[in-house]
Amino acid sequence: MNFVLIAEQTLNGLQLGVMLFLLAAGLTLVFGIMNMVNLAHGALYMVGAYLTTFFYQQTGSYLLAVVLGLASTLVVGIVTELVALRTLYERDHLDQVLATFGLILFFNELVAILWGRAAIFSTIPDYLTGHVEFGVFRYPLYRLMIIGVGLAVAVLLWFVVSRTRLGMLIRAGASNRAMVAALGVNIRLLYTVVFGFGAALAGLAGLLAGPIYSVQPGMGELILIQVFVVIVIGGIGSIRGAFAGALIVGMVDTMGRAFLKPVLSTVLSPTAADAAGPALASMLIYLLMAVVLTFRPAGLFPAVR
Amino acid sequence: MSMTPRSWILVGLLALLAAVPPVAAYFDAPFYLDLLRRVMIFAIAASSLNLILGYGGMVSFGHAAYLGIGAYAVGVLGYYGIHNGCLQWGVAIGASALVALAIGAISVRTSGIYFIMITLAFTQMLYYLGISIEEYGGDDGMRLKLRSEFDFINLNNETAFYYLVLAILAFAILLVHRLVNSRFGRVIQAARSNEARTRAIGFSPYPYRLAAFVISGALCGLAGALLVNHTAYLTPEFMNWTRSGELMFMVILGGIATSAGPLLGAAALLLLEDVLQGWSLLPKEAVRDHWQLYLGVILVLVVLFARRGLAGLLPGKNE
Repeated sequence: MNFVLIAEQTLNGLQLGVMLFLLAAGLTLVFGIMNMVNLAHGALYMVGAYLTTFFYQQTGSYLLAVVLGLASTLVVGIVTELVALRTLYERDHLDQVLATFGLILFFNELVAILWGRAAIFSTIPDYLTGHVEFGVFRYPLYRLMIIGVGLAVAVLLWFVVSRTRLGMLIRAGASNRAMVAALGVNIRLLYTVVFGFGAALAGLAGLLAGPIYSVQPGMGELILIQVFVVIVIGGIGSIRGAFAGALIVGMVDTMGRAFLKPVLSTVLSPTAADAAGPALASMLIYLLMAVVLTFRPAGLFPAVR
Repeated sequence: MSMTPRSWILVGLLALLAAVPPVAAYFDAPFYLDLLRRVMIFAIAASSLNLILGYGGMVSFGHAAYLGIGAYAVGVLGYYGIHNGCLQWGVAIGASALVALAIGAISVRTSGIYFIMITLAFTQMLYYLGISIEEYGGDDGMRLKLRSEFDFINLNNETAFYYLVLAILAFAILLVHRLVNSRFGRVIQAARSNEARTRAIGFSPYPYRLAAFVISGALCGLAGALLVNHTAYLTPEFMNWTRSGELMFMVILGGIATSAGPLLGAAALLLLEDVLQGWSLLPKEAVRDHWQLYLGVILVLVVLFARRGLAGLLPGKNE
């Protein structure tokens, strides 16, 4: 194990972490405020990836495609909220899980009808394709950009939630919905705004992920379940927890996949390490979740209620 | 035990299922035997889920895990040349119970959304474990060379296998019914409706819930052992999270916390799938290839508008 590999994998872990954060932030906000489990959050991530790829192919301008992709994911999110999810806020979690599970099937199949079941090719413009030199090693510019965007969104989110009037309403809504409504705030509108906000963040994660992972139906659910792990570790409803959880999960997952096999081979025989390494690496974040839950059942940074 | 109209309907349904093999043989339509055997296997799995989801209020989004463990127990033993059915199915039940104990010990302490996410995440972990073990086929899975071997029954006889599945289904429904109406079941249901009061009258819900979780896992493991014998094939897809979602949907569609619900739900969902996939009146591209689109819409509509499920249409009160 040398320095270059460790540095590269640290950046990879950070990149996965901020990606998970973009998804976890929206999900945890929607849960914290509407007390709603939204499995279809992953579907919005997929929609963002598809629409941006589509707009980039059509317009040829990456920036325009990003703006259009984000805007249209926002619209899809808001329409979904108005049509299906709005009636679910008062229902129990079981109904929410099932209905949003139905939405996942619907969106995945709709995407398969429009673009086919095979993965579509998603590209990045030339000016984002290079590498950045860090003395002894170099790192892809695009992945660095993802880290930058993710951290910027984290700061922006912190600012909005803790320093603006909208953020004040969001925090108030999370701690006592009835009281906020009684004070004359249009709580339904607030819900729609928060949901749209979360949808746009999911879309952003999707459009950033497109060129790195494969853009195909069902891509949202693969990452969504990791996002659940993030939220459970961080504490449901807490943005701070989502940030910490996302970085921990991103780092542990990346490091496990990169280094578990070589580490195991120092104690086990090579064949045993070959077999156990990948299996253990893929289970690592779930085991981490189990350990965290054993000692901190409400997560690392539980939301203050 | 007095028989309510509902129990009679359930017995009637099981009798109808028992009449299927001769009728299918008469019309030379073995396909229906296969389809209904699949329905019954999923009805067993859904019944096991109904015990904790319906009566216990524990929304497990990871029940497919035990289908997978039961299937892998049979498949892996078969891979090493052990085809003894009693041993295979015993290991399937035992291993499922053990895994349910481990997952339950952590997840049953939590509730609400935590419980949903944790059960889902652990099942996903097992799914990835299945994918990463190359020895047992990894992603592609593996064929089950021989069906489980028993002294008293030959599973290669499709009709005999059908009746065995039917008998196990009847046993599963009765087991859940008896459990739910026992003192144990009363505590579980009390904890679902009001945990604080249950504690106040001196019951700690945790051990009761955990026991129900383990029983449910073991029963679902048995369904997994049946399923792998039915398909003669084994893949990590048995544990896919969508499978867990389908099992939940069966319970809700059929009617939550009712004896007949899981069977009705499994039948409705699998027959609906079959119809949507094979409806020759509609253009192929629009329906058959994309039946999940319609299934998704139906699911949303059922949740929004048909809360009591199919069993809600039957006479008598929901249990």
